Amino acid sequence: MEFLQLLLSGLANGCVYGLVALGFVLIYKATEAVNFAQGDFMMLGAFVMVGLVNPQFLGLNFWLAVPLALLVMGVFGYLLDLAVLRFMFGQSQIAVVILTISLGFVIRFVAGLIWGHEPLNLHSPLAFGDLRLGDVVISFADISVIVVTVLMTLFLWQFFQRTKLGLAMQAASQNQMAAYYMGIPVKRVQGAVWALAGVVACVAGILYASKGTLDISAGFIGIKAFAAAVIGGFGSLPGALMGGLIVGVIEPFASRYLPAGYSQIAPYALLIIVLVFRPNGLFSQVRIKKV
Amino acid sequence: MRFHFKTHYDQDIRLFPDWWNFSLYAALLVVLIVLPMVIDSFYLGEVTNVLIWAVAGLGLMLLTGQTGQVSLGHSAFMALGCYTCVNLMETGMPFLLAFVLAGIITGVIGAVIAIPALKLHGVYLTIATLALAILADDIIVILDHWTGGVNGYFAPEIWIFGIEVNRWINPAAWYYLALGTALVVTLLYRNLLRSPLGRAFAAVRDSEISAQAMGVDVARTKTIAFGLSCAFAGLGGALMGLFAGAFNNETFNFLIAIQLLMMIIIGGLGFIHGAFLGAIVIAFLPQLLSISTDFLGSSSIPGLETGVFGMILIAFILFEPMGLYGRWLKIRTWLELFPFARRDMFRRQKTYLKTERLR
Repeated sequence: MEFLQLLLSGLANGCVYGLVALGFVLIYKATEAVNFAQGDFMMLGAFVMVGLVNPQFLGLNFWLAVPLALLVMGVFGYLLDLAVLRFMFGQSQIAVVILTISLGFVIRFVAGLIWGHEPLNLHSPLAFGDLRLGDVVISFADISVIVVTVLMTLFLWQFFQRTKLGLAMQAASQNQMAAYYMGIPVKRVQGAVWALAGVVACVAGILYASKGTLDISAGFIGIKAFAAAVIGGFGSLPGALMGGLIVGVIEPFASRYLPAGYSQIAPYALLIIVLVFRPNGLFSQVRIKKV
Repeated sequence: MRFHFKTHYDQDIRLFPDWWNFSLYAALLVVLIVLPMVIDSFYLGEVTNVLIWAVAGLGLMLLTGQTGQVSLGHSAFMALGCYTCVNLMETGMPFLLAFVLAGIITGVIGAVIAIPALKLHGVYLTIATLALAILADDIIVILDHWTGGVNGYFAPEIWIFGIEVNRWINPAAWYYLALGTALVVTLLYRNLLRSPLGRAFAAVRDSEISAQAMGVDVARTKTIAFGLSCAFAGLGGALMGLFAGAFNNETFNFLIAIQLLMMIIIGGLGFIHGAFLGAIVIAFLPQLLSISTDFLGSSSIPGLETGVFGMILIAFILFEPMGLYGRWLKIRTWLELFPFARRDMFRRQKTYLKTERLR
């Protein structure tokens, strides 16, 4: 039973990592850039939700606040692309990496100014009550995290496979110039991707905040989500979710069965092992370049 | 305006292109040597800090600016250099020998780590090295027999040829130690760039495929670049730890590696001057901020430093991707060519992005 309990809590955590990793993969798939600020996007989304729902701020109804928060983060993502990232058009990938790292710094600073540095609790209806199946206890928060994540992954996967916009996003990343020739408004498509990434980050943030306390350093789980995205292979949406689940499940088992000190290492050690033996992740899409 | 009328191929690779250039750097060296007699010990400590950051920055510059491989894991190698140096000193080895050996050992270990990392490209390498930097923190705690773990280490006394180098008793000696290291590393770096290996670095940076076509062994070049870069970072880390006086697992956490990368971007990627200019910004920004918040009469704002740092960096990437030194090059060209300088002389070539996944 202990095994099942650990597995369930690991899966729920893994789903949050998976959702943040989905944000990375979305942006990577569509713009070939890596958004190191995705963890901070999640933190910001959670704080926007806290600002709308908690009684000391606006005190709105939870279900009314969810679409509002998603909208705010979507607009935020689009404006960020419009104001900053569009100027990076045609510059090296590394410049974008450094730009997003510093964006993360700025977001953390601004969030600290607005919401303070004390840990906060989101007043979420998901945070109360749990389900008992024999000896195993699952909280409603964990169940909702798992359900929402699976739905989200399926939706995004189908979005990229089937819709016109999703295909346009893939085309824009594979060859910008050719995409232009095919009449795809590359810049606007990229704006849409950043908006989508903001929405996904907001979903992850709301779920994360429902599971526990929230402070401005919450964005650092972005690093674990990174490990997840890489383990899954950076270009694959189901891969990102798988990676998130692997990292999430390894953590509780490592802290249960490994001596103290070794357990935090486990996800990163796994990341390095995967990179050494399968340099492009478990679900890789890379083929060798021919000249 | 000076013209270089070249009559010999050696002129292309001379350390100093002409006498004017040589005398400029000689004058700078003289100023740096007499500096301890001019400024007080607080500012001398700050300048020492700048030089130490610059040594570590030159290490990362060699990898990122010259070879084009981005690492977010150099804090791990700085920690390795620092702990190696201290442990060698504990065995009774004289400081200078321990210091140089620490650099060499860090370099060798870095090169060994680079071998699997070489299979990675671009962003994957960045993420793998970031994981390394985070792992380093935990590994230092696990190896507490050598590293002192969470409690950390107090830096042992440093003696060089019978002179005690102590930050508080004689800051000038510390300054000369940092200056000497920075000078040696800079000279090594400069000479490396003139050698075939340095050219191979640039070839790998600009295009791995064409480097391969020109007969450059890409894997070997990258390994050597990584090793040398780690060696410099190790020297910088050893100096940084010893200068701080006490250090533990948090002294070299991954934020240091991020700061190091940002420093060389602000300074100017691919220029030796860039490492020094970036180090000046890194070392003096906290002072400047605390002075300005005092001046405005407000209490200190938590996280202000990293916030402002992030904004400066965003501004640089958007408006001056070549960094401070790149800006100076533009100003200098404008002055030299006045009134014939044109804006388009420095225009970046437009590139269109292609996926890395379907190479």
